[in-house]
Amino acid sequence: MRRPPALLRYAATRLASAVLVVWAAATVAFLVLQLVPGDPVKAIVGSHALVDADQRAQIRHQYGLDQPLIVQYLHQLGRLARGQLGDSYQLQQPVKDVLADQLGPTATLALWASLTAVAIAVVVTLLTTGRARWPRRVAQVTELVVVSTPAFWLGILLLTVFSFKLGWFPVSDTGDPRSLVLPVLTLALPIAAVLAPVLREGLLGALDQPFTLTARARGLAEHRVRSHHALRHAALPALTLAGWFTGTLLGGAVVVENVFARPGIGRVTLQAVGDRDLPVVQGVVALSAVVFVVVAALVDLAAVVVDPRLRRETGVAAA
Amino acid sequence: MTSVPSPSLAPPAVPEAAVAKARRQLPVRSVVVALAGLFLLLVLVATAFPSLLASGDPSATDPAGALAAPGAHHWFGTDQLGRDVFDRVVHGTRYSLAIGAAATGVGMGAAVVWGLAAALLGRFGDAVLMRAADALLALPGLLLALMVILITGKGVVGTTFAVAVGVAPGFARVVRSQALVVRRSGYVDAAVGLGVPRPLVVVRHIVPNTVGPLLVLATLTLGAAISTGAALSYLGLGAQPPTPEWGAMLTEGQGYLDQAWWIALFPGLLLVGTVLAVTVVGRYAQGRDERRSVS
Repeated sequence: MRRPPALLRYAATRLASAVLVVWAAATVAFLVLQLVPGDPVKAIVGSHALVDADQRAQIRHQYGLDQPLIVQYLHQLGRLARGQLGDSYQLQQPVKDVLADQLGPTATLALWASLTAVAIAVVVTLLTTGRARWPRRVAQVTELVVVSTPAFWLGILLLTVFSFKLGWFPVSDTGDPRSLVLPVLTLALPIAAVLAPVLREGLLGALDQPFTLTARARGLAEHRVRSHHALRHAALPALTLAGWFTGTLLGGAVVVENVFARPGIGRVTLQAVGDRDLPVVQGVVALSAVVFVVVAALVDLAAVVVDPRLRRETGVAAA
Repeated sequence: MTSVPSPSLAPPAVPEAAVAKARRQLPVRSVVVALAGLFLLLVLVATAFPSLLASGDPSATDPAGALAAPGAHHWFGTDQLGRDVFDRVVHGTRYSLAIGAAATGVGMGAAVVWGLAAALLGRFGDAVLMRAADALLALPGLLLALMVILITGKGVVGTTFAVAVGVAPGFARVVRSQALVVRRSGYVDAAVGLGVPRPLVVVRHIVPNTVGPLLVLATLTLGAAISTGAALSYLGLGAQPPTPEWGAMLTEGQGYLDQAWWIALFPGLLLVGTVLAVTVVGRYAQGRDERRSVS
């Protein structure tokens, strides 16, 4: 029998491992949330409402809480496979709709923050890998300070200076595109401070490689050698940070949306934790696992685009 | 041996020059490390004996003197209730530090058991335990922490466990790989060959040699743990006001940014300073550790 083409095999393995990660995350969330103490009925109707035994039984039945655990678990996995996430305890609507409503602002924030972080990291790297040593020193110290600064305080600091003192940016979300600037910076700066040293180390390493010598020998200008050849090489180790990057964006969104009073997934998550709205928490876990998997796939694809050596292994043709 | 070396195989730069460079750097580095150490010492004093540094009562209110700017009488100003921010920041040190330190300790402890079990329980146990770690690592750390707080409830203890759960899976992986190396080393073979009972080999040889190198890594984690703990308190899930915990103070201060920037500035400054100092000292210890293992 002929072996299936490499690309197909590669895609099948990727898909299988992606499904496995989402399943594992959903399972961990299901198990962990079983340990949450207290009666879910209280979380559903509110702790002050009086419900008699009949109503209680009816509510438990409505949410499937009267079923054995294993049935609840399989039921939930089945729903997840169909892209459904169940109903919120508090918000009287499907979790899917709650998250869909809030996905926009968070996605905008996360997207701009990633672009900004990468841009800052690349510019800082290119500026600090020259012959002079002091720019690198300054960058290293700055990176250390920024990494040690918690995002919530960075946000408060930026708010104090740029919104309250200078009045350049609105204090909270007004729909004005300018209201996005400070939240994006708050989220992007710590990421850039982790990314830049990795890129710099990669770039300095690349400049020692034979292919740099070849490029220089071909008479390429120094900036072209750096941006076209060396930076490409340096991007590979940085790409391995993508998983951490995604997690930081999502965790950071919780903090940043709170500091700047913006709507979004982070706000909903925090509120769900306060209200013990378990289906919403479960939905957020499933959503972030899916995002994680998609980002991992995109990163693998990006690695193949960046590094021609990987094309043979995966069978993915150059675009 | 006269062939032209390719650039990547070039001999290292003249050693004397490298040594001279290292000497030139040394004073600056040691000054920074010494400053960081000194700052940490102050932080420890503030943790153990806050009254030595700040004699005032951190919860004494003075409505008439509310929102006073920093000055000779109140170094860091006063907050909306007239409480002295300096007193509160100093007395708050112990909460932020304790949450971070306890979380690192608990997380490390769990990770040692977890990682050793994975390394020593055979292939099936290893697979189950490490896939569990992978699943936890795939979730954003903060989301995991929030789920733990759902179980434990809000407060200092819950926050400590939440941060610890974030620390443990990554560490468990490191412990496992370290334990796998130690298990195959000569002295373990020798002990087994001499007929030392297996549990004793684990306790006497494998555990100390696995955990020792991790202590430096724990220092580096401590900074992140302090930061995460403060973030949870800032989000209203950890220490609750009026506790003078730094993160909780920031939440209170954020409402007064337009009139009194100092309420939110100083707790944050201390937080950054502490995390920075821990990181600098941790990296120094790590570097020394590596140099020692090389020589």
